Amino acid sequence: MATIGGGMQRHDAIIIGAGHNGLVAACYLARAGLNVLVLERQAYIGGAAVSRRLYEDFTYSNCSYVCSLLRPQIIRSLELPRFGLQVIPYEGGCTMMRDGGHFSLYDNHDALRREISRHSRRDAEAYDRYARDVQRQCKFIKPLLLREPPDPTSFKPRDLRELLYLARRFNGLGEERMYDTLRFWTMSAADFLDEYFESEIIKAHMAGSSIIGTALGPRSPGSAYVLLHHYMGDIDETVGAWGFARGGMGAVSKALGESLQAAGGQIRVDAPVEQILVEGGRAHGVRLANGERLHAKLVVSNMDVRRTFLESMDEADLPADFVRQVRNFKIRGSSGKLNIALDGLPQFPQIPAGSPSIRGDLHVTDTIEMMERAYDDWKEGRWSRAPYIDMLLPSLIDPTMAPEGKHYMSVFVQYCPYQLAEGPWTAGRRQAFGETVLETIGAYSPDFRDLVRHTEIRTPWDIENEVGLTEGNIFQGELTLDQLLFNRPIPGYAQYRAPVRGLYMCGSSTHPGGGVMGAPGANAARAILNDLGKAATVP
Amino acid sequence: MTAAAQGPGYEVVVIGAGHNGLVCAAYLARAGRKVLVLEAAPTVGGAAVTQEFSPGFRVSSCAHLLHLMPEFLCSELALDKHGLEFAANALPTVALSTEREPLVLDAAAHEGLLEPDGSAYAGYRARMAEFAAALQPLFERAPPRLGTGAYADWAGLLRFGWQIRRLGRPRMRELLRIGAMNVYDLLQEHFSDPGLQGALAFDAVLGTNFGPRSPGTVLTLLCRLAAQGAAGVGGLRLPRGGLGALSAALAGAATAAGAEIRTAAAVARILVKDDRAYGVQLRSGEQIRADAVVSNADPKSSLLGLLGAEHLDTGFVRRVHHLRTHGLTAKLHLALRGPPRFSTVPGALQGGRLLVAPSLHYLERCFNSTKYGEYSAAPAMEIIVPTLHDPALAPRGAHVLSAIVQYLPYQLRGGWDAGRQPCVDVLIAALEVHAPGITGLVQAAELLTPLDIEQRFHIQGGHWHHGELAFDQFYMVRPVPGATQYSTPLAGLYLCGAGSHPGGGVMGYAGRNAARRILALRAAA
Repeated sequence: MATIGGGMQRHDAIIIGAGHNGLVAACYLARAGLNVLVLERQAYIGGAAVSRRLYEDFTYSNCSYVCSLLRPQIIRSLELPRFGLQVIPYEGGCTMMRDGGHFSLYDNHDALRREISRHSRRDAEAYDRYARDVQRQCKFIKPLLLREPPDPTSFKPRDLRELLYLARRFNGLGEERMYDTLRFWTMSAADFLDEYFESEIIKAHMAGSSIIGTALGPRSPGSAYVLLHHYMGDIDETVGAWGFARGGMGAVSKALGESLQAAGGQIRVDAPVEQILVEGGRAHGVRLANGERLHAKLVVSNMDVRRTFLESMDEADLPADFVRQVRNFKIRGSSGKLNIALDGLPQFPQIPAGSPSIRGDLHVTDTIEMMERAYDDWKEGRWSRAPYIDMLLPSLIDPTMAPEGKHYMSVFVQYCPYQLAEGPWTAGRRQAFGETVLETIGAYSPDFRDLVRHTEIRTPWDIENEVGLTEGNIFQGELTLDQLLFNRPIPGYAQYRAPVRGLYMCGSSTHPGGGVMGAPGANAARAILNDLGKAATVP
Repeated sequence: MTAAAQGPGYEVVVIGAGHNGLVCAAYLARAGRKVLVLEAAPTVGGAAVTQEFSPGFRVSSCAHLLHLMPEFLCSELALDKHGLEFAANALPTVALSTEREPLVLDAAAHEGLLEPDGSAYAGYRARMAEFAAALQPLFERAPPRLGTGAYADWAGLLRFGWQIRRLGRPRMRELLRIGAMNVYDLLQEHFSDPGLQGALAFDAVLGTNFGPRSPGTVLTLLCRLAAQGAAGVGGLRLPRGGLGALSAALAGAATAAGAEIRTAAAVARILVKDDRAYGVQLRSGEQIRADAVVSNADPKSSLLGLLGAEHLDTGFVRRVHHLRTHGLTAKLHLALRGPPRFSTVPGALQGGRLLVAPSLHYLERCFNSTKYGEYSAAPAMEIIVPTLHDPALAPRGAHVLSAIVQYLPYQLRGGWDAGRQPCVDVLIAALEVHAPGITGLVQAAELLTPLDIEQRFHIQGGHWHHGELAFDQFYMVRPVPGATQYSTPLAGLYLCGAGSHPGGGVMGYAGRNAARRILALRAAA
């Protein structure tokens, strides 16, 4: 076991990347008694779930910014609250309309009905039907999140058992609901919403989450599923609720990191992996950028599949067909982000005074058509001229995010391309992109521009460079049917095991995909422990 | 036969003498049923007709090629004996380009392609044909229903699974992956030539409400290929006398088998008593009784129009109401003083199927406009000049150009009344690019927008599939849950049109499947 440099210690498992899924996987492995080392190329852990102080005493959740999808089973079993994780639900939301009106989403059911009735009485009636149907779909899908997808081409008992489980669950829905589910998984968000609502503003508000992070428009088939993907969370058993992690998204990573260390796992930061070492068809360690070699019985990659297999491995160690499929893996970036430090609370005259909406997610896209046009821009290789924005003021709920009297604003922007048609991203173009977003917000808030003290502008290109997500795709791979369930990430390799022995995948490239959910990490750990013949300790 | 006809009347009344209605009637009659077909128009054929659009100039009004109808159907109904002849077989597909030699796309040939696309093309064709062949058997049967526990439904599902599993593991995986994908990504994976990508994507989006980037377009492509595969070696065929000749042959087959056909007999409503359809009433007031009523009209017209929502429950009505039926496909017909000349196309190929779809981006942009009720100044088209093969369609020396135009919106911003002529001008200008001088040859032009198609052929929304062919309106959920397997919630009422599985295009599967279904149900009862 000759190694260059130090690191003579041999680990049971090396996990590449201290993103939330890497940490979740590491936690479960460490708790099962494995000697685990997590390697992180940045100086801080968290990947895209980080809290960063980039300007004075403001804390930015500079990538992911809200929390909901993190599986409750994971929160409980890894004792994250004990390690400081506190998720505070935020209140409602609002879409400000171009004609000066608004639509607010309230937690209170009666208030919400009254608000919808203001736009359409019929839609107020339809809303309950809508909420019930979406919940029904969630209920069907949720248990699948923490399971390994079966291989439908296999006759192995495990796969057949799992397929049967799926079939039984599906059959249990009853005939009508089965059809609804089939349709729901494949239809567009716009068509889905059309089946319930008539008012443009209601549809536009609801459709927002169907496009976040995708290379789809609200009228693209498959976008209804993405809508659902964002409804699958819950906070303290309030289904579909979203909240802030106190202290920013880094708090999730910090809690995971501490849970890991409490279980005996180690983390090394500033340790970028250059190569996954393979010998005799078996992964046995990694080589760091500084040449250091670290050995382990198994290697778990939390990087996306492109980065894992195309950039960190020798193609000759992989089946040619697999490499071709990894190249074809769809991982286009489409989202940007602005993190803004504000001198005070900006006024949004369209939001009624005293409304809780300001403490929720704010939008300015009031028709599906606007979203669709925003998508058309992206297809042409330019950022949306009138982008969809998901804008929040976390400091209103969590005062630790900004100095007293000041505010932190997180603005998620859809769509922004990884590659611009006009040429590579430059400082000037990034600035121009940021300007488009600031102007968009400024149109709804007269004092906003004057309050801005600092803006961090992040394009998909920046996200790739800093976080390591290929093309800046926030889900580590698009969430379309060709890349979901047994197709994710690569058909035949959906069970967290790479085509090389001793190598596993645990990132969002695997089932059930992205969002700060932790399910891929947990599922990967379960697969590993199963292969090692250890008792199942993963929920 | 004027006043209310008494007595048992017919065993089956078929509403609409479109090709599916005629096919259905022919199979029912061959099985000994007493069948009456009622057609609102003065001639049979529905949208598969040849009509005069300018004095002396005739053209197939909607579909203008026959390439999807299965060979076995044509021979079972002996369409050749009933007068079906072809003016041309195996028309080549030629992708037009302003920048280079046109691409000729045939099963084997791939002239003009650079490597590696040249060699990738054959592999792609073979693989897609294999997938299409695996799906084709699904076209020949009623789709199964879920959760019924019935043996036939289980068997149907298992057959579906087996059909795919027998491709072998790697191919099954590939099919399950690409099945729900968009054709843009699929073609990007295989090829780099924009012209080739555009031409291949055209077949995936033709007749749909999708651009190449819309997921589900690989499915529409595979459906087309599946039907083409079963249509046999004739390839793209041009019936002599236009598509109306096909309808005439189908009518011949139906009447020879004993079916009766009445034209100019518009059905006003379906008669219902005790939750059962027992006949129809014509606009004239005449009532015709039958044990079963089969509608070849689109599902919305059939269920909400002819039947009426009052006979159905609200959940089902809502589903029918939400069926997406807006078409995006239009037809342009030009009466030309002389033969058009597509400047880059060699003489022998002038009579081919010419495509204007130079790239994926071109198609996607074209689609973009229609999302907002507009149309692109750079339209996508499938052009044929039928008179090069069948001169009788036009006066001596003159010619007809027939173009399927993708995409024109059903509802144009500003309305089609004002928008019609500007649109015709745009389309002719687009043709002029490829066929210089054609503008000067135009003697008359007819544009059939989706709205016109709706009005002329009584297809609500003007969609040639009677309802979008998308996953959520496909196979087991086509046209809507509760009206699958060609049945409806109302006893005695059946559907046999393109709105049912497996959809539109001049295929005839829906009509044949519906007939078989009705016969099977009757036999069981």
